Amino acid sequence: MYGNAYIDPNEKANGILAGEDPIKLQEFEDRIARGEKIEPKDWMPKEYRKQLIRMIEQHGHSEIIGALPEGTWITRAPGFKRKMALMAKVQDEVGHAQLLYSAAETLGKSREDMTNDLITGKSKYSNVFNYPAFTWADACIIAWLIDAGAIINQVANAKGSYGPYCRALDRICTEESFHLKYGHDNVVTLATGTPIQRKMVQEALTRWWPPIMHFFGPSDKLSGHTEILMRWKVKMATNDEMRQQFLNMYVPKIWDLGLTVPDANLKKNEETGKWEYTEPDWDEFKRVINGGGPCNAERLAVRRMAEERGRWVRKALLNKSEQYVAPLA
Amino acid sequence: MIKSLDPRIARENISENNTIDPLTPMDNWETYEVFHQKKRGDQHMHVGIVHAPNAEMALLFGKDQYGRRGITANIWIVKTANVFCTEYEDQDMFETTPEKQYREAGGYKVMDKINKYKKAQKPA
Repeated sequence: MYGNAYIDPNEKANGILAGEDPIKLQEFEDRIARGEKIEPKDWMPKEYRKQLIRMIEQHGHSEIIGALPEGTWITRAPGFKRKMALMAKVQDEVGHAQLLYSAAETLGKSREDMTNDLITGKSKYSNVFNYPAFTWADACIIAWLIDAGAIINQVANAKGSYGPYCRALDRICTEESFHLKYGHDNVVTLATGTPIQRKMVQEALTRWWPPIMHFFGPSDKLSGHTEILMRWKVKMATNDEMRQQFLNMYVPKIWDLGLTVPDANLKKNEETGKWEYTEPDWDEFKRVINGGGPCNAERLAVRRMAEERGRWVRKALLNKSEQYVAPLA
Repeated sequence: MIKSLDPRIARENISENNTIDPLTPMDNWETYEVFHQKKRGDQHMHVGIVHAPNAEMALLFGKDQYGRRGITANIWIVKTANVFCTEYEDQDMFETTPEKQYREAGGYKVMDKINKYKKAQKPA
């Protein structure tokens, strides 16, 4: 599961290519244009490296933090099979973080530094995980719709230009297809169940709709920055394109179950083929991503606690004569 | 104190201002490359890496990370530091290999000669 990497829209786009060797830059861009992958030891522009580290690292953090609201429900998931399935899903998410951190490491940032930046709040993770999972139905909506959004994002990014990230995403997408099916199965069970179950799932959908609409991030500013990241196949689709794709695939499935999406303006414009909706509250998005959400403090405090309590085990196992070597691919 | 909806967290009484010393290099150990064999008889395939403090734990993590679904017959791990590889920069050393038709079965065409010979042998 994943949230789209958040790039501060006010970041300066000037001077991205300052100081780059024009011949190497041309070779690099030609390689990407031919559809070839970039591998860890290849020459790459500084900005390419920086944006990929940020994006893959954020993605990794989202997997780790995303396991927290879902992990809440393992012990209380209804029935043995659902407990097993949710445990498997949470284990997958943590495994995905390992795959992603490994991909980011090949770009030169150590795993230790990534964890440091997460627990001090310097690095971001997907904003949706700053909201709590109040009921079992919330966990079901997360598993279905947040993972659905994540898959749209990850399938797009798997066609990007950086080899290690693409390979990690291919594996992740395969595993997440189970998450989506599992989540859908749970939501269908509730939506076709008793009036109390229907009420529970409707309330969860109502709570999660605003974070879901925030999931892909604000409209991309049409800046030189976005254009260059798309040319380099770091960014594969605009935030709005992914949001449209999500609405197109999942709103009909939500309506099929007789559930109400809490947005009276949501409808597909048959002429343009585009979905129309109430513009999400981006001030709320910024407030939460900058620390003001209901669970930001809890998520990081729990991550610090886990790090601290596991530390003595890791230290005890460490062989001091070993040396770190960056992974190959 | 963190007031969490998660009973496992709520009973830990964590301060939301808890601080820890930053991680230092090697806290997450070195890396091992993982090779996965699906079925007996298949080649092992490189599938990714794990961080581990020793080979035994690398195998354990490799099994959890790359063998938790589908079928697995066997897993190898190799310390990244022990892998030697060619450089992509030197990829041109393989450039002429596809041209070496004399190494390929398709580089040998004899039917034309045989047919010509047979034709020549037939009495007019």
